[in-house]
Amino acid sequence: MTINGWLQISIFFLVILALTKPLGTYLYRVFESPEKPLPRVFGPLERWSFRLCGVDPEAEQTWKEYTLALLLFSLVGLLVTYAILRLQHFLPFNPQALGPVPPDLAFNTAASFTTNTNWQAYGGESTMSYFSQMAALAWHNFISAAAGLGVALALARGITRRAAKGGEAPRTLGNFWADLIRSINYVFLPICVAAALVLVSQGVIQNLKPYETVKLMDPYSARVTKKDASGQEVKDEKGNTVMEAVKVETQTIPLGPVASQEVIKEFGINGGGFFNANSAHPFENPTPITNFLEMILIFALPAALTYTYGRMAGDQKEGWVIFGAMALLFLVGVGVTYWAEARPNAALAGLGVEQSAGNLEGKETRFGIANSSLFATVTTDCSCGAVNAMHDSFTPLGGLVPLVNIQLGEVIFGGVGAGLYGMLVFVILAVFIAGLMVGRTPEYLGKKIESREIKYAMLYVLIFPLIILSFAAWAAVAPYALSSLNNAGPHGLSEILYAFSSAAGNNGSAFAGLNANTPWWNLTLGLAMLAGRFWMMIPVLAMAGAMVGKKTVPPSLGTFPTNGGLFLGLLVGVILIVGALTFFPVLSLGPVLEEFLARQGKFF
Amino acid sequence: MWRIFITACRTALFTLILTGVAYPLLVTGLAQVLFPGKAGGSLVQDERGQVVGSELIGQAFSRPGYFHPRPSAAGEKGYDATASGGSNYGPTSQKLRDRVISDLESLKKQNPQAAAPIPAELLTASASGLDPHLSLAGVQWQLPRVAAARQVAPERIDAVIHDYLQGRDLGFLGEPRVNVLLLNLALDRHFGRPH
Repeated sequence: MTINGWLQISIFFLVILALTKPLGTYLYRVFESPEKPLPRVFGPLERWSFRLCGVDPEAEQTWKEYTLALLLFSLVGLLVTYAILRLQHFLPFNPQALGPVPPDLAFNTAASFTTNTNWQAYGGESTMSYFSQMAALAWHNFISAAAGLGVALALARGITRRAAKGGEAPRTLGNFWADLIRSINYVFLPICVAAALVLVSQGVIQNLKPYETVKLMDPYSARVTKKDASGQEVKDEKGNTVMEAVKVETQTIPLGPVASQEVIKEFGINGGGFFNANSAHPFENPTPITNFLEMILIFALPAALTYTYGRMAGDQKEGWVIFGAMALLFLVGVGVTYWAEARPNAALAGLGVEQSAGNLEGKETRFGIANSSLFATVTTDCSCGAVNAMHDSFTPLGGLVPLVNIQLGEVIFGGVGAGLYGMLVFVILAVFIAGLMVGRTPEYLGKKIESREIKYAMLYVLIFPLIILSFAAWAAVAPYALSSLNNAGPHGLSEILYAFSSAAGNNGSAFAGLNANTPWWNLTLGLAMLAGRFWMMIPVLAMAGAMVGKKTVPPSLGTFPTNGGLFLGLLVGVILIVGALTFFPVLSLGPVLEEFLARQGKFF
Repeated sequence: MWRIFITACRTALFTLILTGVAYPLLVTGLAQVLFPGKAGGSLVQDERGQVVGSELIGQAFSRPGYFHPRPSAAGEKGYDATASGGSNYGPTSQKLRDRVISDLESLKKQNPQAAAPIPAELLTASASGLDPHLSLAGVQWQLPRVAAARQVAPERIDAVIHDYLQGRDLGFLGEPRVNVLLLNLALDRHFGRPH
């Protein structure tokens, strides 16, 4: 660990802290204030958007209508994406003449992008046409993020809306279409255009040209698997793979519209890379400056939403308590990862190798240990899943932090919207537990928390580990699943666990050695992603519906204050107890066991 | 329900055209006007004007007169830019251990003059498999070999290395580094092509 490393981490956090209030205020004006920002610029676009989509933004929806709109819209998105991927060879912008995406992979990818997971069972540069990247995938980066934001707004409205004096209790949560379209028009598009150009100025590519083949300065020979005319591997009599020497004289450099996709991938907390190596690829993330900007883009919206929420609740301290709980868990996570990754890699131990820089396997020279550790923490605190280093090659404890971040439910800033609504579920639970401890009916922002809300909260909390652990258990005993592993021993279990945690948590990063592009993995991970998104959104929206009409009671002496340090501590405690204890047994067999074995110099 | 479905279809089509087609084409147009070279892949040419690669995409070098990049797990051949990726071997992987030991032996054989110990960077594959950089230590460890192969005094090559040493961005971001392709091109310009 170096002072400069800590300096980078501190400056990153301070920039996020500084952005929270201005961006949060802007979001409040976009979604909650009748006077929208910059009416001259955005006014005409907004009116045209609503007219073309046939939306009346003033038509308020109940939780059922809001949910139905969200589900139907997601279904349409899923089907359109599947169709584009299957038909990409007939569509424009395909200079490499890539063929149709196979059905299981197309389903997995469509599910992945619809759910804001952006799990990638494919390598972008060898599978997706430019049209598929732009229209099928980057499109979802916008709309899935916008949909998540909508759910958070709906829950926040459910908690904070109050009956006007003497008026009827509110029953509605806003309008899904208005939230969706406004977030694209006012928030995502303008910032993405500006940020994309900054990325291009640093070297991120943006073009529609075919791949460029260059002649190498220093041709070399390499040993590769021999393949016959049909592309099948050639085997000798004993069934072993035959290798042959080839002369490599050229390098094919992939191109494409990367910058436009890169920014929304981070800002919408999607994480699906244009290339297989994601944000480690020099064309996606060429310099430490782009790396810094990309990390800021990931954290900006979820951090700002805590401020927006405080504004909606009528007490900024309510927002800052949530920010504080998130910040505390983030800083602990990044500290542990950085410490773990700055230690030597066990596979290089005892060979007289100079390892003072830390564990460099799977990391880029330009980023170094501090930026790789910070990025890994940021991307898993949020449901982003972009990576600038390979988490599979992290030290056991360095890889444990991203895994735990996901398993805590990605509430540490979290996804666009998903982070805030996940955190609010934990807030409700924490309030409930505090109420049990003092023996009084719990209330939050003047609204009583009753059994119906707690049932929805428990559904939210229990569905998540159920998806992860059931599928992971199946994979751990099925030969057709195990054959995809890249690492043996406890690290193999970590690969399985990470895959389903990432899918159910809609994160999308991976212990990427796992070959997930098989029919079984594509199908199960696709289902885990859909369940992790929609089975968890529905209880949240139901909770919003249950909360919105409740009478508010003025705070009394017995009310547990939710805007101070004590509640912050309680909230962090609830997150850690609920999230971490659920997964502790399996984590002890994966990363924790691996750490002890690595220290003893065991290899698998 | 039917009415909501129709709205869903209309909104999907509208957002698809706005964010999936208009937005990337707008950014492409602006990028091509403002930063044509960078938007096109930062391609570099040698002294004869032939495109030899991208400044940002690492490529393999094997002759002793060139500096060699880090090991690459991109494709079977290494540095295959159509198959970016890391090895994804964990720290308890026997395959990683075997690869490191075998690379270590060949590095020692190729660099008999080099001062031990070897920087870990030269034995670890990057995340993208296309890392275009080395740290100063990773370059300087190879300096005796390159100087001997080119029959040039090490100090003269070290001067070129320092010309190509990039500091941290804005003074604090990232790590200091040397671009291997640009460095090797510069060596050819200064001292001619190696044999």
